[in-house]
Amino acid sequence: MTVPHSYPYSERKPKLAVWKFASCDGCQLTLLNCEDELIPLAGQVQIAYFPEATRAVVDGPYDVSLVEGSVTTPDEVERIQRIREISRQVITIGACATSGGIQALRNFGDVAEFRSIVYAHPEYLSTLARATPISAHVSVDFELRGCPINKRQLLEVLAAAIQGRKPRIPSYSVCVECKRRGTVCVAVANGTPCLGPVTQAGCGALCPAFARGCYGCFGPQDSPNTSSLADRLLSLGMRQGDILRIYRTFNAASEPFRRESERHEPGRQSAVSS
Amino acid sequence: MSHKLTDGGQVMHVGTLSRVEGEGAMHIEYSGGEVTKVQLRIYEPPRFYEAFLRGRAWTEPPDITARICGICPVAYQTSSCGAIEDACGVTVPEEIGLMRRLLYCGEWIESHALHIFLLHAPDFLGYEGAIEMAADHPAVVERGLRLKKAGNDLMDLVGGRSVHPINVRIGGFYRMPTIAQLRGIRPVLEDAREEAVETVRLVAGFDFPDMEQPYEYLSLRPEVGYPIESGSVVTTAGKAFPVQDFTKHIQEQQVEWSNALHATLDGESPYVVGPLARYTLNFDRLSPIAQDIAREVGLGTTCRNPFRSIIVRAVELVYACDEAIAIIDRWRDGIVPSVPVPPRAGEGFGASEAPRGVLFHRYVIDDEGIIKDAQIVPPTSQNQPSIEADLRTMVKDWFEADAALDDHSLSHRCEQTIRNYDPCISCATHFLDLTVKRS
Repeated sequence: MTVPHSYPYSERKPKLAVWKFASCDGCQLTLLNCEDELIPLAGQVQIAYFPEATRAVVDGPYDVSLVEGSVTTPDEVERIQRIREISRQVITIGACATSGGIQALRNFGDVAEFRSIVYAHPEYLSTLARATPISAHVSVDFELRGCPINKRQLLEVLAAAIQGRKPRIPSYSVCVECKRRGTVCVAVANGTPCLGPVTQAGCGALCPAFARGCYGCFGPQDSPNTSSLADRLLSLGMRQGDILRIYRTFNAASEPFRRESERHEPGRQSAVSS
Repeated sequence: MSHKLTDGGQVMHVGTLSRVEGEGAMHIEYSGGEVTKVQLRIYEPPRFYEAFLRGRAWTEPPDITARICGICPVAYQTSSCGAIEDACGVTVPEEIGLMRRLLYCGEWIESHALHIFLLHAPDFLGYEGAIEMAADHPAVVERGLRLKKAGNDLMDLVGGRSVHPINVRIGGFYRMPTIAQLRGIRPVLEDAREEAVETVRLVAGFDFPDMEQPYEYLSLRPEVGYPIESGSVVTTAGKAFPVQDFTKHIQEQQVEWSNALHATLDGESPYVVGPLARYTLNFDRLSPIAQDIAREVGLGTTCRNPFRSIIVRAVELVYACDEAIAIIDRWRDGIVPSVPVPPRAGEGFGASEAPRGVLFHRYVIDDEGIIKDAQIVPPTSQNQPSIEADLRTMVKDWFEADAALDDHSLSHRCEQTIRNYDPCISCATHFLDLTVKRS
């Protein structure tokens, strides 16, 4: 759902807030990594809440809330509701907030067992059985992909939010970016297993440019044919377990990748190889 | 916020700790002239990396564990590569080690510039944050951003990107940068080295509270050079052991008030890892330009005042730029980017110096390379007891000097004391709100 906005702002600077849930801080850091743009940006928006960068807190409501991280504790379930209530636009930044992130690997395991592997006193912890994206809890105005997000895409999303327009973020595959960049296809030329055909563009097709197959950190593209690619990966020498693992990383809980990884679980391969 | 208790004591609670990486809170109790309780409460939610690494392939830890921390992913990639290669009985050629060191220099430059200028300097200059500081000290903030960008540019070149680099693999890299590319970034690093020297002069002029840490310091020490991507373990108490023995010496314990585990060294805590420990144990290994600037500002060959860690960090910034240039000058084209690391059943250990201190990894893999057990000991969980001990000392001093010290000032000073450690809370959870109880 998109909230109608009375942008562009003419009377005052829009108020920006940056919130953190379960995450590595890398997507927030991407904002601080805009070294050439940070000071001009601070001139155009009021950085009202951004604890990683400043102690100063300006009370809400906020015009734009950037949300990093996935929901993994009972407190976070309540906190995201309050953030939605005081934000005109909620924009998720990164794979954790958009699809659950790497910590959603718990969704495929037993959290009670996970707790006892890492912690001697699991009873001290407060944690949920599943890591979920922000959209599982509240309406989200835009989801920016990537583990981590791309700096130029973040600036485009912020500019669009300030100007009250739709961000220009393509949903096509990494293959398109490789072609544009003039990178020779690593799968065709070298037989390197690559998730490029099923993965959304945005990184600039980095991995193939470094002679490496894409590992899917921007999540599924618009219409991914994950099973057809799985067959191709098998023919390139990957094993069922490898295919399960390659679809089950930083966007493991996104629907197309989750379904495909489950098809390669032990005991289910016969359905796949037909 | 604070409130008086019926027993006359007082509790102080500081809400979300700012300008640290991750989420935490702080609880302090003060009664009868003594600090009776200091607890860092890390409420950063647990993410269970060590659990879901089980069943993954031996090739995956560099990409997976990088996601523990967006600020020091190269530390995770380097320590995990070291541990897996150790398990598989592979030693990488010297040139691959050098390229890891070059990428790591980029992370040190980026992380140290971020912490010195954007996170820590505002404490000393009296601002809420760098953006507020930029209004009065634009040249300082701009210098910080230029240095940070130099580090990020180096990481982009060697690693593909600065947050979660894509070019690192078990056995080396996917592709080596060319000498032409490396020479292209050399002028940026030369400028950065000059600006880093100026940074040491700037931060050495700040006011520092008097405090001397009596704790044991622990760092890596390689055969040659200042510790970054490898080395064996040394301490100020004269202990020395190989990384393979770290679980014999370092144990982690869970405390009720925190989602981060607390580490002890041979049953003792606190001990300290990070810039102060590295500098105090390895001053002789700094390059001449880094040693000279440290002497010029009167730092000495050891440093035990945690508030002066910002100067040590700046000296390390000089070193990282200098070392990156030295590696580039020695580089030649035609180095094989990686060596094969076939799996074999076994246990392996790896350690490297993250910007905030030594990071240990241990893996057990089977003969097909499937991970059976994983253990990660991040720097902040090692430093957590010493952060609490520093707070205990400082809060007592502050109250003795001014019994009416208000909560706002106290909270500010406590946060600065915590920031001395450049704590990475995302890493340690497996950080801060302040509560103080006083009478």
